[in-house]
Amino acid sequence: MRIIDRDELRRLVDEGAQLVEVLPQEEYDEEHLPGAIAIPLRRIDAEAGEKLDPSRPVIVYCWDPP
Amino acid sequence: MSPRAAWRLESLGFREVYDYAAGKQDWITAGLPTEGELAEVPRAGDVADPDTPTCRLDERLADARERARAAGWDSCVVVTETRVVLGLLRSRDLEKEGDLSVEEAMRPGPSTFRPNVPVATLADLMREHGLPNVPVTTPDGALVGLLRREDAERAIAELHAHHEEGDHEHEG
Repeated sequence: MRIIDRDELRRLVDEGAQLVEVLPQEEYDEEHLPGAIAIPLRRIDAEAGEKLDPSRPVIVYCWDPP
Repeated sequence: MSPRAAWRLESLGFREVYDYAAGKQDWITAGLPTEGELAEVPRAGDVADPDTPTCRLDERLADARERARAAGWDSCVVVTETRVVLGLLRSRDLEKEGDLSVEEAMRPGPSTFRPNVPVATLADLMREHGLPNVPVTTPDGALVGLLRREDAERAIAELHAHHEEGDHEHEG
C-alpha cells in the first residue's frame, strides 16, 4: 500500500485505476469524487470481490488523514 | 479509516492499492468538482472572480487604485508573487490620501474563505457584516478571487430558479 496525493490520484485514475470511497453510504451519497464507487469499510470483505477488478489498481479514500 | 481499507484490500489479494490519505476534504477544499446530492450547490470557488485586481506590498497606492478602478473594482487584493494573500484594500483604503505604499494603506491579514464553502453561507456573512466582497483562497493561502456579494446572490437566485423549473416540469 502506498500513500498518494491529489496529482497522483488524477494520473492513476486517468490510467484506469478504480476509485473507492470507504466512508458510510450517506456521506458518499452527499458528495464524492468524480467516478468513485462506494464500498463502506464495514462492507469491504463482502463487496470488494464483486465490485472491484483485482487486475487494476485500486485507490481508497475517506474524509481526511487519520 | 482509509489505511485500514487499503490494508484489508491487500490482504484480500488486491496487488496494487493506494491510499489518498488527504481524502475528500483535501479534494473539496481545492475546489475540484464532485458528484452527489451536494454537488450542484454553488461554492465560493465557482463564483469568485479570477480576474480580481491584485497588487504587491511595495507598489504605490495610487497605482493600485488606478488599476483596480480601470478594471471596474473598488477593492484590490495584496498578494505575493505566488498569489498568497497578505492584505486587502477596500474602497476606503484605496481612497486614502498622500503618497502611501500599498503596505501602509492595506488591511493586513484579512479573513479568507475556502473554495468549497457554499456561496449561500458567504452571502449571509457579507450581508451581516456589510461587506461588498470576501477573498477566496486555496488551502495554501493563494488567491482564487474575490467573491462579490451581488454575484453570490445571483448564483443563489439562479439555483432557486433552476429548482423551480424542475418542480414545474415534474408537475407537468
